[in-house]
Formats: sequence, C-alpha cells, structure tokens
Amino acid sequence: MAHQLQVAGGREIVLPLSKAVEISLRSLKIRFGRSLITTSGVVLAIAFLMSVQSNNQIIDSLRAVGSSEIDLQLQQNGVETGSGGGQLTESMQEEKSKQLWLITLSLLVCVVGIANAMLMAVTERFREIGTMKCLGALDSFIVKLFLLESTFQGIAGTTVGILIGLGLTLLLALMDYGQFVFTYFPGVGILKAAVVAFIAGTVLSLIGAMLPAYRAAKMEPVEAMRSDN
Amino acid sequence: MGETQNQEGEKRTVVRTQEVKKIYDMGQIRVHALRGVNLEVHAGEYMSIMGPSGSGKSTLFNMVGGLDKPSEGKVYIDEVDVAQLDAYELAWLRCRKIGYIFQSFNLIPVMTALENVTLPMVFAGLSSDDSRDKGLSLLEKVGLGDRRSHRPNELSGGQQQRVAVARALANDPAVVLADEPTGNLDLRTGTEIIELLREMNSESGVTVISATHDHKMLSVSDRVVWVKDGAVDHVANREDLEIEITQVEGE
Repeated sequence: MAHQLQVAGGREIVLPLSKAVEISLRSLKIRFGRSLITTSGVVLAIAFLMSVQSNNQIIDSLRAVGSSEIDLQLQQNGVETGSGGGQLTESMQEEKSKQLWLITLSLLVCVVGIANAMLMAVTERFREIGTMKCLGALDSFIVKLFLLESTFQGIAGTTVGILIGLGLTLLLALMDYGQFVFTYFPGVGILKAAVVAFIAGTVLSLIGAMLPAYRAAKMEPVEAMRSDN
Repeated sequence: MGETQNQEGEKRTVVRTQEVKKIYDMGQIRVHALRGVNLEVHAGEYMSIMGPSGSGKSTLFNMVGGLDKPSEGKVYIDEVDVAQLDAYELAWLRCRKIGYIFQSFNLIPVMTALENVTLPMVFAGLSSDDSRDKGLSLLEKVGLGDRRSHRPNELSGGQQQRVAVARALANDPAVVLADEPTGNLDLRTGTEIIELLREMNSESGVTVISATHDHKMLSVSDRVVWVKDGAVDHVANREDLEIEITQVEGE
C-alpha cells in the first residue's frame, strides 16, 4: 500500500491547458445553435452598454465644441447645452444615473442568462462529466472546461455586441448630427468604452459560469453509470 | 497494514472487499443495499457479478470500482484502501488502475474514436505522440483501425462499445469494470463484445469484472458471483458453471 501511495503522490497528473481549450471549443462548435442563443444574451447586453457609452461620448464631445450650430442640433435632440461645456446640469445627472441603473439591470440579466444556460449545459452533460471523472479527470479540469467554454462564448458575444452597439450609435448620431460626428469624433473615448465593455462582457461570462462549473466538478463519477436516457 | 499481504504462490488479489456494508438513509427508512460482502478478485480473472435489479449488484459493483465508498467495511483495490484516498489519489486510481466500460458506451460525443481512446492517456500525462500511437494500436486491436476519425454518432452501437473497450485499456489498468456491457446491444454484437473482452482478458491478462444479467456472459466467466438481498448468494467457478447453465436451460 505504501508503495502505491508513493506512486500516486509522486507522479503528477499533468494536464495541458490546450486540451481543455480544445475540448471546450469543440463542445461549443458541436452545440453551435445553443451557444448562439446563450451568446445572444451577452451580445444584447453588451451592445446596450456600448451604445449608451459611445452615445454619451459623442454628445459630450459635441457639447464641448460650443459651436452654436451644433448646440442647436443638440437641443433639437433634447440635449441641454450652453452650461459651459463640461458642466453637467441636474437633469443630465439624473439621466446618467438612470442610464447606469438600466445598464446594471441589463448586465445582471445577462449574468443570470449565462448561469442558466451553463447550468443547462452541465445537466445535459452529466454523463459526459461523470465519464471524464471515471477516466481520471480532476475536478479542476472539469471546472476549467466549463469556465473556458463560457469565456469563449463571452469573448465572441462581447466582440459582436461592441460592434453592433457602436455601429447603431454611429448610425443614429450620423442621422442627427451629420458630419460633425466625424469632425469631433471622440476616438479615445470610444476606445475606452469598448475596452470597458469587453472586460465587462468577459468577466460577467466568467462569473455566470462559476456556479455551474463548480456543480459540474462536484458531480460524482457514478453518474456515468446511470443507464436511463 | 500487515494483514493485507497476499499469499505467495497463490493468485494475486486485485480487488478485495471486507465486510462491506452500504446503508442508504432515506428519511425514516434505512435501506441496506449491502449487508457485509466479502469478495476477492484475483489478477487475470474474468468475473461476473449477477443478480436481479435491487439486489445490491450495482452498489457492489460501484464499490469494487472505486466509485462509491462503503458505509462500513473496507475495499482494497490493488491492496490500497479506497476509503483512505483523497480526491486526487482517487482520480489517479481511476485513471491508471481501473478501466470502465458502460452500458451506454459513454463516449465523449465531441471527440473522434481515436481522441476518445487517448483521453485517459491525456489525463495520465502521456505526450500526445505517445498516446496517439498507443491509441491507434488499441483501435487496431479492437478492429476499428479504419474508424479512428469517426465521431461516436457515426459509429454503430457495437463499434462504439469497441471504442469503449479500447479506451478502458488505454492506461493498462489492473482491472476493467464493465457495467452491463451488452445491455444496449443486440444478441450478435453483444456476443462479439463479450468475446472481445475475453480475448483482451486472456491476451493481456487484465482482470475483468462485469455486472450483468446476460447469460451469454456466464460461458466466458472464470467465476460468477450471484448477489441477492445485499449479500453474496453463491459463487460458482467455471467447472460448476457448465452444470448450472444446463440446469437453467433445462428448466
């Protein structure tokens, strides 16, 4: 017995991360339709976040110009101007906090959606998980598998969401303000907004997958033996 | 653990259970799934565990396979007390000492036949070249060398079970555990799988333990253990089996 344990302790079960990446990518590909639905939640939430942020950036940048022609167009679109550029009026402050509230809500819904979808994926694959554990997979491998899967979905969804959100906002801004949007395009601000959205989307996907991944890892290998279904 | 030394000259014991009891607490009722089972499985043996559903057969089988821990008593796999192992060591044991074959094949659907066979070797830390070579030779052995890049859903049930047999043998385990391996197969493919298992058993000397109620299994088994009401009802060796089978068929 001592010998056996020595062997067990001495030899690491080394598992290349690449294998986990490979398996999770493959799982996504084969269940592409389902992944799309899950991802669409992220896409929508991030598109909303991105569009609100970039819209703010564009308007702020236009307000800062202080040209009467632009101010007129801003006022036509219901934006208060003339309070000396950077200063925010009370009603705008209120508007901002409302936006924040909406963004928070949409992101929360997004996390819940991801968690729900991942939980489903885990339940659906309980036999697969049990089998892997029978074959010697460690809990950490199973966790990696699901976290990676969700992160990939998150990255893909976030990227698409950023593009859609930015595209729509630009389109609307162009319709409202014409070429001024490009003349005073807040490039750095938009980039910042994109980075924030990207991090938010990825992190939220990771958070949403944590509980499901933990549940998957705690699944008993005996599950693989179940013969029903 | 001095008393675990096995007798020299005798067959080596691969799996041993000592007064194994399993009690499930279902609210007010306590279900005694196993009531003290003593069993020894020798190296190189082909053993079948038979019994009706609810007899404790599955519980005993899971115990022997390191998938379940007894409420009382001890299970030794390769002279290691399973209850003493932590999660990491259990994974190690399952990976290298035990090969599992399931009733419903349980291949990973997103992987090809070859990848399914190499997966346990990946878990064991083998390099991808080594595991590929070994996986291919195992697939050849089970007669599926030309199916290596097929997905499970592109294979018939019998072929899937062959892949599963190859996968079970991937890390040269001490024991192969087969849970109703013919349960989802028709008569002919079932017989083929049984013959394949027997072949692997006599060729590489791997111990095979199978839970079954398939009477085709009886003819290839070295020993059959009948489980009834959570206890071993009786054990029959191959010599005695011939007689019993004729009796069963005569009835």
